[in-house]
Order: sequence, then structure tokens, then C-alpha cells
Amino acid sequence: MLNKLVMENLKHRPVRTLLSVCAIAVEVTMILTQVGVSRGMLEDSQRRARGVGADVWVRPPNSSVLSFSSASMNEKLVEFFEKQAGVVLATGSVSHGIGGIEQITGIDLEKFSKMSGGFRYIAGGPFRNPDDILVDERYADIHKLSVGSKVKLVNREWNICGIIEPGKLARLLLPLPVVQEMAGATGRVSQIFVKVDQPANAQRVIDDLKQKLPDYKIYSIEEFTSLFSASNVPGLRAFNGVVITVSVLVGFLVVFLSMYTAVLERTREIGILKSLGASRGYVLSLMVRETFVLALIGTVIGILLTYGTRVLVNFYAGPSLTQVIVAEWWPIAAAIAIGGAILGTLYPAWKAVQQDALEALSYE
Amino acid sequence: MSEPVIIRVSGLRKVYRAGQVDVQALRGVDLSINRGEFVSIVGPSGSGKSTLFHVVGGLTPPTSGSVEIDGVDLAKMGETGRTNMRKTKIGFVFQKYNLLPTLSAGDNIAIARHIAGKADNSDAWFLEALKLLGIERRLDHKPRAMSGGEQQRVAIARAIVTHPAILLADEPTGNLDTQNSQAVLALLRELNHKLGQTILMITHNPEAAAFADRIVSMRDGRIVN
Repeated sequence: MLNKLVMENLKHRPVRTLLSVCAIAVEVTMILTQVGVSRGMLEDSQRRARGVGADVWVRPPNSSVLSFSSASMNEKLVEFFEKQAGVVLATGSVSHGIGGIEQITGIDLEKFSKMSGGFRYIAGGPFRNPDDILVDERYADIHKLSVGSKVKLVNREWNICGIIEPGKLARLLLPLPVVQEMAGATGRVSQIFVKVDQPANAQRVIDDLKQKLPDYKIYSIEEFTSLFSASNVPGLRAFNGVVITVSVLVGFLVVFLSMYTAVLERTREIGILKSLGASRGYVLSLMVRETFVLALIGTVIGILLTYGTRVLVNFYAGPSLTQVIVAEWWPIAAAIAIGGAILGTLYPAWKAVQQDALEALSYE
Repeated sequence: MSEPVIIRVSGLRKVYRAGQVDVQALRGVDLSINRGEFVSIVGPSGSGKSTLFHVVGGLTPPTSGSVEIDGVDLAKMGETGRTNMRKTKIGFVFQKYNLLPTLSAGDNIAIARHIAGKADNSDAWFLEALKLLGIERRLDHKPRAMSGGEQQRVAIARAIVTHPAILLADEPTGNLDTQNSQAVLALLRELNHKLGQTILMITHNPEAAAFADRIVSMRDGRIVN
């Protein structure tokens, strides 16, 4: 019966119900989109790191896993690594920021192809001229590019010589010396990839390298990809926290206002219930159930809207931002939304249960 | 042998604080009502009849004195005790019907029973009452789709669905035209005669009061006869 009253109350004030549901849905969508984008970017980076085909990943001293480290390692280190026991191949790359979080990456195409198994060309082929650039399929799709198209990056026009399958190191690839020159890092690299003769020997090679180069960050590929988490990206966890807090605040305030208005609107109805002998718990339960239903519907719609934001982010936000659907966050987002909404209803509900039955009955 | 006393009011006083002034609404009321009686309380505005209604109904506590309903003294109860009393022993009928606008007539009745912790509306006594009230075919309608007379009959059904010891009616015909007033008053009398429902009705209308077995007059916070 109480549930029926809850549903009838919600139906009776459709605009208020709709607004509350929308606010909670936006709250849930914001949380899930934020989490989805963070996770999407990390998973994408992980996938591209694995696509390199290296067993060992070397980064400069004092660099973090996901920072856009400068090209501070001497290129001659590549030769040094290749001379080590158990190492069959080593190659370096240079990453250069081109605005936002997009990067252009320079590689030694021949060695990189040997290490990664080679690019699968969806169209076109490798670099032939100094102004040739390789882009991955996602970048080409978003920017509607095809082989032969011109693209302007870093104040220079590039010719798209090939479109490659995504998942290998970067989305925009140029010959190593070109990016070194562009970044003012001739003779230097940002990271070095090492392939060993037997995967089982990787740890031995790593231990050996760490002894010889104690200041350098030397990871096995498993260790390196496992570090792709929000806690290892400077500021990402805090940024997620801020977005989630703002979302919760929005949901909280809207529900607070909505339920506060509802209590004022329904003063007489609350008086009627009290005259019938409804206890404080009964009135409280009515308010909380109403909020719970609003929050639940809002959460479901919020989750569905996340599929819409994924389409929008993946289509409009550029190739560097990838949003994934993080289903394991649904119950967390639901708990946050429902918890925040119930918190927002506590004061109005307290006001409702405190109302004097007689005063409430005479309320016009 | 006379019926046992179901309401016993002794030395009842109620003082309201209105701004910085104490208003003595009830100045020592003594009243006994037997089970199965239909009593009207009449009096001019400010006589204290509505305050008596609210105190006997457990909607507000007395300042002093005692109000026993079915052997239980309301004056010694806190808010929770009075709430429980309203739930089980008292049924209200108000001038403005006070139906929940979002629920159908049937659900307005059902919720009273739900609050009282009772299962459904299907006992023989209540079905007989519904027949008397003549609203069986209007139970699916929302209050806004019903006339004032129909709404008041639903309010009466809601008030008696829990088999209260006493039905308190506060100007039940105050918002109704003559025809509907007569119908509602006749219904109250039938409920009292056929089903033995004890009724205490507050009214300022002598014609309405005449439907009761006994008329009690109030003036200046006291019973005058």
C-alpha cells in the first residue's frame, strides 16, 4: 500500500518527478562517463603498449609510467641494450606532444616492425618521403582521412601514406629522426623497447639491466601494463574524485530541493496520514521510498545515457579519448546516487515527521 | 443495563499560547459518552468544541485533566501513544474530507487499514458499511472525480474501516449542500443504529445536531448543558 502511495505521488507530480530523475540520471552519467573515459584511455594505452611486442620497456630516470616524458635517453643506449646477453632486438621511440593529450611518435619503422610483427595496413603502406605519416584507423575515421590526404600537425603539412590497424604504440607515427628534430631531441629517445630471446629470460635480462643502469626505469611488459591505473596517472584519481563529488552534490541538491518542496506541498497530506495514525517511521519510510524510486529510475536512465555519451565521446572528443562501459561501476554509481539522494531527503523527511498533525491538517 | 462508558473526559483544560497570550480553550470539561451513543456537540465559534474534538482525537495533548478512550487515558500518553490511539481506536471525519488526492477512493480506505496494520477491507462488517454508504461503485475513482457528498462518504468509510471505538466527525456537512448534508447525516445515524458505531459529532448547525441521540452544548470552553 505504501509503495502504491509512493508511485501515485510520483505520477501525480510528473514535472517534479521528471526533473529529479533527470538530475540523478545526469549525476550517474557524469560518474560513469568519467570512469569510462579514464578506464578507456588506460586500457587503450595498455593495448597499444602490448602491441609493441617488447618484453622489456625502458624509460628515463625519474619518469612516471604515463607521463609524456621528454626524450632524455641517449639513442646509443639502444645499441648498448642490443649487445646485452639474451637481447635479440632493441629500438627506441620519441613522443612529442602536439596539443591536448595527443602525441606524435617517431619510430625506426624497420626495427619496430620486426619487434611488433609489423603493421597491418588497411590502406597504403610505409613511409617513403620525409613528409609521410602513418595514422591508425580510428584517427583516420574520426578525421575522415584516407591515403593521400593531407593533415596539418605542428605547423606542417603531412601526407598520409598509410592507415594502420590500431593497437601498436601510437595513433600518429613518423620516422624517428623527423620527430627527434621536431622535438629538438636529435640523438635522443623517450623510451626503449627490448625483445629477449626467450620470454622466460626476461626477468634475468631485467635484473642484469637494472644492475648496470640503476637509475633507469626498467619494466617487464607485464609490470609496465599493470601500472596503467588511475593511481599511477598524476592527478587522475583527484580529477575523478572532483567530478564524482560535483556530480553527487548536483544530485543531492536537486533531490533536497525536490523533496523539500514536496514536503511543503504535501503538508496537509502528511497531516492526513498522521490523523490516521501514521507513525513518524511510516512518514519517513514514505519519503525515503519515494527518493529511492526516483534514484533507482535515475540510475537506470543514467546508465543507459552512458551508452550515448560513449558514442559522443568516441566520435567527437578525438582519438586520444576513448570511453568504455565500465559495468562494475554501475552498482557503485547506483550506491553513490541513491546514497546522495537519500541524504538529500533526510532533512525534508525530518521536517515532515516533525510536523504537528493538527497544524498540518489546517495547512491550506 | 446501560452500555459501558467509552469516552470519559474529566476536568479537561487546554491552554493555547497565541503569540504572548495564553488562550484558555477548554476550562474544565467533564463528559461521558457510552458505547453506541451518537452525541452532537454544538456551540458558537470559540466555544471550544473544535479543541475538544482535537484533544479527544489525540491530535493535541490536554493541558490538564484526563481523557479516557476505551479505558486508556490519552492525557498520560506522549506523541507515539496518541498516534497509536488514533490508529486503532479513533476514526476522523473532517469538514474538508481530507482524502489523499493521489489515491483512489478504495485506496484512501485501504491506506487507513494498512496504517492500522490490518490486512484488507473485506470483512463482513465493513462490506455492510460500504453498502450503507453507497460507494461500492466509486471506489476506483480519484477524489477529484467525485462530488463533495461522495468524498465525505469515502471519508466516513475510511474512518470506520479499522473498527474504531469512536468516530469523531468535525462539521461533516460544513462543505455540503442541503441534500448531501441530509444524506451524510442519515448515513451517520444508520451507522450508529445498524452497526452500533459510537459517534461524536461537532457542529454549529442545530439541524445537523438533531440527528444525534444526545446534544451537548458548549460555551466559553465549558459544557453548558
